[in-house]
Amino acid sequence: MNPSENPLYANVTMAGFGGQGLMFIGKLLAYSAMKAGMNVTWIPSYGPEMRGGTANCTVVLSGREIGSPVITSPQALIIMNNPSLDAFEARLQNNGHLFLNSSLVTNETRREDIKVVRIPANDVALEVGEKRAANMVMLGAYVEQTKVVTKSLIFEGLKEFFGKKMEFLDVNKRAFEAGMRCVQDGS
Amino acid sequence: MEKTFMTGNEAIAEAAIQAGCRHFFGYPITPQSEIPEYMSKRLPKMGGVYLQAESEVAAINMLFGAAGTGARVMTSSSSPGISLMQEGISYIAAARLPCVIVNIMRGGPGLGGIQPSQSDYFQATKGGGHGDYHLIVLAPHTLQEAVYLTMNSFDLADKYRNPVMILGDGYMGQMMEPVSFPKLTPRHTPKGWALTGAKDRPANLVKTLYLDPEALEKHNLVINQTIQKIKKEEVQVETYHTDDAEIIIAAYGTVARIAKTAIEVLRNKGLKVGLIRPITVFPFPCKIFEELADRRFLVVEMSFGQMLEDVQLSLGRKASVHFYGRTGVVPSYDEIIVEVEKLVK
Repeated sequence: MNPSENPLYANVTMAGFGGQGLMFIGKLLAYSAMKAGMNVTWIPSYGPEMRGGTANCTVVLSGREIGSPVITSPQALIIMNNPSLDAFEARLQNNGHLFLNSSLVTNETRREDIKVVRIPANDVALEVGEKRAANMVMLGAYVEQTKVVTKSLIFEGLKEFFGKKMEFLDVNKRAFEAGMRCVQDGS
Repeated sequence: MEKTFMTGNEAIAEAAIQAGCRHFFGYPITPQSEIPEYMSKRLPKMGGVYLQAESEVAAINMLFGAAGTGARVMTSSSSPGISLMQEGISYIAAARLPCVIVNIMRGGPGLGGIQPSQSDYFQATKGGGHGDYHLIVLAPHTLQEAVYLTMNSFDLADKYRNPVMILGDGYMGQMMEPVSFPKLTPRHTPKGWALTGAKDRPANLVKTLYLDPEALEKHNLVINQTIQKIKKEEVQVETYHTDDAEIIIAAYGTVARIAKTAIEVLRNKGLKVGLIRPITVFPFPCKIFEELADRRFLVVEMSFGQMLEDVQLSLGRKASVHFYGRTGVVPSYDEIIVEVEKLVK
């Protein structure tokens, strides 16, 4: 079977500026799926990168053993800035989901065979009180749209990752929920 | 069993610690620097030693000395750093000292790049340094397997008094996957040869210089007998859907797991494709290739054809062997699918 046709299978590539927290939400998604008993892989782009440069990671989730962690045509893309849209939009699968951070992505996609979900993530993050939580807004939208994991698993994962920094935990939860609402209201 | 979400580099380091490794000597280089980083955090707390050497040359010689005391010792590096270590590795093999060397390969030759590669296969399996010796070379394809093989590598090194190499690639080092660590009872082979102070016993001698030609040959024969025994007893290989396969992919490490996805897709299209995956690339699993020599083969590597030569040697001249390689770039399963479909047409 083509792995993409497996009902318990999902993959997503996330890309943006270094510092926007793409690596973090990728790890959080993978970790939460692991807690649900799924097999997961997380692969970062690695290289001489720094804050302000581009960064991306790819997450694969599966109910079965994962063969390739390397995905050329992902089922979904989370795109946080214009350069990442240019670099990745051509790779998205037919009928794939393109999650665009419309606060920063001003370019239009040239693809007409995909579903575009526009989330003004930076504005939403500001509204919940933490401008740096735009990544969590995007993850909330992705999870609400794809249902690959539950909100409670993501929240448990967040607790693990943030440890005792409770003030960050709460605002990140609120950002995630706000992202979910964007998809609920849009559909 | 409890699963931990870790990078490959961290998983290898933790597995080594759980296998009883308490001494690590290394020098940072991408894409394996998380191994020394992890060791630097953990080992001092457990009464062990983490030492960042001034160079890879120094690190391997520190490993040489520490291995001589019979302690479980490890170093790790990536391709250019492993090249710098070759003289020391030859000396360690000559002195018949157990140790574990991790190579998280990146693109070469020269400084090359930092992206994943498998182009150190020749160096790892054929010698690397000078003289008649071989490393035992283990090539995991998932992070869980990297844990098992790293844990086992210390037992193997002790059993044969021979250095062992864990051969991974940059993807394996950088990617994250859940791993579990089985409760382990290390096989502690007695080390009567170790340099431990010679109190109440005759002195031991660890050396690599044998000026008398006959003495050198005698010493080399012992090493060679060890290698022959390793070849006979330590081969590990996975076969995947080979029974009815008309085309067999041969691949190891990260490429093998990518090939597994390609095979899944191809089988869904009705093509009978299988995989032979050497787990030990030295000793090489010649026998399984001999047994299946009537099939058609596609060797896939992140190099321009190194394991290819061992596959060709195992299959003989009449066999049908094709090759697909990328270097500096990781082949995708779509690319492997295209290559297999070309063979069918």
